[in-house]
Amino acid sequence: MTNRGVEIAVGLFVAIGLGALLVLAMQVSNLGLAERGEVYRLTADFDNIGGLKERSPVTAAGVTVGRVTAVEYKMDTFSARVTLEIQKRYDRFPMDTGASIYTSGILGEQYVELNPGAEEEVLADGDVIGLTQSAFVLEELIGRVLLNRAEGG
Amino acid sequence: MLDSIAGLGRFALRFVERLGRSQLFGLELLRALGAGLARPRLMVEQMYSIGVMSSLITVVAGLFVGMVLGLQGYYTLSDFGAEDSLGQLVALSLVRELGPVVTALLFAGRAGSALTAEIGLMKATEQLSALEMMAVDPLRRVLAPRLIAGFLSMPLLAALFSMTGVGGGYFVAVGLVGIDPGSFWSQMQSGVDFHDDILNGVLKSVVFGAVVTWISLFEGYDCIPTSEGVSRATTRTVVHSSLAVLGVDFVLTALMFGE
Repeated sequence: MTNRGVEIAVGLFVAIGLGALLVLAMQVSNLGLAERGEVYRLTADFDNIGGLKERSPVTAAGVTVGRVTAVEYKMDTFSARVTLEIQKRYDRFPMDTGASIYTSGILGEQYVELNPGAEEEVLADGDVIGLTQSAFVLEELIGRVLLNRAEGG
Repeated sequence: MLDSIAGLGRFALRFVERLGRSQLFGLELLRALGAGLARPRLMVEQMYSIGVMSSLITVVAGLFVGMVLGLQGYYTLSDFGAEDSLGQLVALSLVRELGPVVTALLFAGRAGSALTAEIGLMKATEQLSALEMMAVDPLRRVLAPRLIAGFLSMPLLAALFSMTGVGGGYFVAVGLVGIDPGSFWSQMQSGVDFHDDILNGVLKSVVFGAVVTWISLFEGYDCIPTSEGVSRATTRTVVHSSLAVLGVDFVLTALMFGE
């Protein structure tokens, strides 16, 4: 094979290889859906966050509007403080918006669902969501059902 | 009795000596890298014989590995009604493990053995000595371009492997067993992280490329310069680099994917 042919083949090889990497980055991984643009932060305190982790989605009416960016334990109220990063274009959630932790499917990952309220005032950067509903913990529920049956029977 | 103990000792000494020689060889090779970079034309030629020639086997293997992953994953996941996660399963297994590792094993068999045979034959026919006679350092002129080509080619080959594997998985999932393409891709994208999964996979393949090429070059350079010696060195290349890849993979996985 001539020297030029070799060079063309290697050039094609490198281009296809880099292209494959690009496809992996954009199509296969989450880089393609990384939220570009501005975000603002809200915090919410939960009694129990279950299996919520950093990077879990935040949704409103099922649509992803942001991500959980930090989870920490607050010693003064003995609750979990969750920091939510919401995209700037969804910036008109009312003051009395509630946050609940749900599970997608039976064994799926957990996410925060925002339930908008009816107030005129809207949540701004740094605000705290007051109304929160903790994660559903299977053991607690089973315990409650057993207790009810024991009382009823 | 004493003879067998002496035999064991001789074996151990020879093993340690070879290990040390390979380290010294690696260091000298690293020092010659700059000279290899200064000759891009040689490097391109080597990328042709190392990378381009290995790409067909890589693509075909990736396609079938992806298709098998898709089918096996479907059989197991459908028991739990979780077929929608198939995309994530296929992509994660390919990008994290199978892409870099299987490509490195194929690379050792396809390119590594050829490298050893080539260098070994050069040594057996005294071409390397002839270069030295002409004051040309064979490390710089012959070996360094091959090392660079080796660890430039490996990540590209591994990316090709993973990409065709995902394609094969998609074909099985959507074409054969009828999973919804939307959930296939969306589960994959939400489950695969660019930094944690893809970049770590690329890093793995760079390390494997360096290890396999280093072992192949050392075996060729260090072989007994007879036809039997070259054939033994070629076998050793494939065996040692495959074992090294699997061992290094465990260490890298433990370092990379711990919480």
